[in-house]
Amino acid sequence: MDVSQQNMQPFPGEVHPTAGGGILMTKLDEVINWARSNSLWPLVFGTSCCAIEMMSTAAAKYDWSRFGFEVARATPRQADVIIIAGTIVNKMAPVLKRLYDQMADPKYVIAMGACATSGGPFFYNTYSVVKGADHVIPVDVYVAGCPPRPEALLHALIALQEKIRRGGSEKISGGAS
Amino acid sequence: MNKEELKIRLAELCPSAVLEEGGEWTTAVIDPAGWDGFAQQLRSAEGLEFDYLFCVTAVDWKTHFMMVYHLTSTVHRHTLVIKAKLDHECPVIRSVADIWRTVEFHEREAFDLMGVEFTGHPDLRRLFMTDDWRGWPLRKDYDDPVNMIKL
Repeated sequence: MDVSQQNMQPFPGEVHPTAGGGILMTKLDEVINWARSNSLWPLVFGTSCCAIEMMSTAAAKYDWSRFGFEVARATPRQADVIIIAGTIVNKMAPVLKRLYDQMADPKYVIAMGACATSGGPFFYNTYSVVKGADHVIPVDVYVAGCPPRPEALLHALIALQEKIRRGGSEKISGGAS
Repeated sequence: MNKEELKIRLAELCPSAVLEEGGEWTTAVIDPAGWDGFAQQLRSAEGLEFDYLFCVTAVDWKTHFMMVYHLTSTVHRHTLVIKAKLDHECPVIRSVADIWRTVEFHEREAFDLMGVEFTGHPDLRRLFMTDDWRGWPLRKDYDDPVNMIKL
């Protein structure tokens, strides 16, 4: 399926026309999820070459704002999704954890590329690399590649939107429940 | 100064230096004992004036360490590589941070990752690794059973 079509989810609900307007029949959870999935603000975060592909995905040619990712925020307090674009080393792990903790719920995590997924090329014989960012924070979507192409990242972002639409609006990732 | 002239000057300044052939730049292997005096001459001798040390490397050859210094002159536009062989058990060499200030961090890096000790360095402590780190992670015989998965 074409990615642009895949993203064109209809509004979850029905409008019953009445005189002078209409009545909307829907579920609150579905509307909230629909709204959340269509305005995910990523955090400006990148630790290596995957970040170059992520920037490319944000820039004019791939333009992730077409799918609702719009503005990348430079502060975790205004971001909804963190894309772990690159290797996480042991010294970076507490920084990543802190950034994640500072993000407001609901928050989502994408592990972009081999390093963020498993340590990738640094899995063996390395003293400094975290073998997968999910040792530090919970991950919603993993993307394969080294680095993944922008299309792959877009697919992951769309997959995350799908996940949000299907999940309950009460989802609070990582926080105390 | 071209390569041939540079070789002649080097032979005058440091007769014990062994010239290596085949590299892009003029390369001389020296005895580490005379390094700081020789470095001072390279820096200030007329016609040489190597005022910029742009790279310091330590290579672990398992039997010994080789220090590699890349020097260039912004006055004369010539480049020189100096190598010095160090003992593997106890790699010590005189610091040249007082001659080229930029070396301060280069030497800290070589100390941090390779465990080469630079005598006379103004601030020789860990650079990338945490202060309480034990061992020299870029050495060939380095082992870290906690963080490393061996293949």
